[in-house]
Amino acid sequence: MNKLIVSISISLMIARLKQTLVAAIGVTFSITMFIALLSFMAGLNDLLDNLILNRTPHVRLYNEILPSKNQPVDIAKGTGSAYNFIRSIKPKNQPIEIRNSAAVIRALESDPRVLGVAPKTTVPVFYNVGMISLTGVVSGIDVDAETRLFTFSDYVVEGRPTDLKTVPNSIVLGIGAAEKMIAKIGDVVQVTNSTGQQFPLKVVGIFQSGIQDVDKVQSYASISTTQKLMGKSASYITDIQVKLHNLETAPKLAKEWSALFDVDAIDIQTANSQFETGSSVRTLISYAVGITLLIVAGFGIYNILNMMIYEKMDSIAILKATGFSGSDVNKVFIYIALSIGIFGGTLGLLCGLGGTYFISQIPFSTASLPTVKTYPVNYNPIFYVIGGVFSIVTTYLAGYFPSKKASKIDPVEIIRGK
Amino acid sequence: MTVKVLDSVDISVAKGEFVSVIGKSGCGKSTLLYILSTMDTDFEGTLRIDGNDMRNLKDKQLASVRNDKIGFVFQFHYLLNEFSVIRNVMLPGLKLGKLKESDLEQKAYEKLKILGIETEARKKPNQISGGQKQRVAIARALINDPLLIMGDEPTGNLDKMNGEIVFDIFQELAQVYNQSLLIVTHDIDFANRTHRTIEMEDGRVL
Repeated sequence: MNKLIVSISISLMIARLKQTLVAAIGVTFSITMFIALLSFMAGLNDLLDNLILNRTPHVRLYNEILPSKNQPVDIAKGTGSAYNFIRSIKPKNQPIEIRNSAAVIRALESDPRVLGVAPKTTVPVFYNVGMISLTGVVSGIDVDAETRLFTFSDYVVEGRPTDLKTVPNSIVLGIGAAEKMIAKIGDVVQVTNSTGQQFPLKVVGIFQSGIQDVDKVQSYASISTTQKLMGKSASYITDIQVKLHNLETAPKLAKEWSALFDVDAIDIQTANSQFETGSSVRTLISYAVGITLLIVAGFGIYNILNMMIYEKMDSIAILKATGFSGSDVNKVFIYIALSIGIFGGTLGLLCGLGGTYFISQIPFSTASLPTVKTYPVNYNPIFYVIGGVFSIVTTYLAGYFPSKKASKIDPVEIIRGK
Repeated sequence: MTVKVLDSVDISVAKGEFVSVIGKSGCGKSTLLYILSTMDTDFEGTLRIDGNDMRNLKDKQLASVRNDKIGFVFQFHYLLNEFSVIRNVMLPGLKLGKLKESDLEQKAYEKLKILGIETEARKKPNQISGGQKQRVAIARALINDPLLIMGDEPTGNLDKMNGEIVFDIFQELAQVYNQSLLIVTHDIDFANRTHRTIEMEDGRVL
């Protein structure tokens, strides 16, 4: 029975092949654009997010230099008519190192919610270039953990990051700082710490983050080298960077650990809220554009089906007169709409995949993004699922009303109207 | 406001009877025909086909009654140009779904043979003449072996010669195949040669 309806649908489509193809191409075009646009946007989002977020710990433990929140005078309860005002409170001389850092790191590493832990020691220094001193920051890192968690090695554009471990008193300079010091790999640069002591350090790599201001001041060394720069013991750690399995849990865990280890903790959402906003707005815009394209294609199908029904009024009337029910006629046109949707949609998904691949091959190089050579794309299968489902839903809706109209045609009116 | 088009109409058609309906334009004969064919459901009274009451049947059930028990021939042929002649004849049979497609094709071919147009079976309707088209339409009406064939001026658009051919076919169907026919016509000659003529005026049977 249904075979008959399908064969009628096919015959009607073949009779209007050009229009049918135009409608299908409309769907193909919109699905192609939808897929390519979303893939490209998602790729860009990932890139921009990774630029900051991938290199940012999900939770960072550190000690903030702040005046004590509980002043002794607050303990004394006033008479009720008097208040304490203390101005110009100064922070007390409290070390910024994390107390008992080795135990804290061990505790974090055994936590099942934690992907990895990377300790860090940040030291403010001066780079000495002849008579001039440039301010800078040397971060002492565990190269292996930093590479594993924060893709550190991707940003070392010259030299080998692992040399930081093997070469004693070595440094990876930011590209901006290296240019100012005219330092190349193998050179020895002079670095002065805050107490005025000078250290010679061997350059084993050049680092480019993509953010120029960072590259002018930031350098990396091993943790032990920075501890030497500070004149501190091997347990001196100022930051513990934690990467989690689930990024969404960061704010909760930051609070938990802050209380547990008696340190300050900041989560990635608080530290970088603007990036998430940007990403979601960009995604929203691309979805809006993609869906608009599909709706426009849906109107095209609606028009063509309406015209087809108008042209085929006689055929519909005679089908009904010879025993086809309204729902049979309805099915004929729904099948036509769905065929257009499925054919155009499938082709669109394939073209979208091709278009996305094409975009991913376009050269795209910028000084601020050393690891990116072509336009970024994201082959997320969810885009294809949405595109496929939406193409069928829009074409079904576009076919629904014309089909309903066709099924309501009164054969007597058509036949007697002649 | 409702206008009474038909009033006190009480007719019946027996098996194998060839009945014609005549009357002036607007006297309600076509309306009567469309009511009898179940396509027009807006009436008061009783309609029985093969002893079954047609009132209160749903759209889908009426469609299947039309499919199974009634063959219709219109003034215009209403063939579907997308399908070949034989496919056009087969369509109501495919809808009925009682026969296999190959058997149905054989049956459609036989019906075309009765009407003398079996050689045109593979052509498209727009490749054959007007008289042939009307004969294809009759073959289509016959495909499900209906109880009754109804015609709304089936010779109205045809010249004298083709009109004669169609009339002869109807007469042959009635005499040889014991087919009941109910034909609305303007043609007095045509009506006079049928078994029985129902004359109508102002919505009444005279």
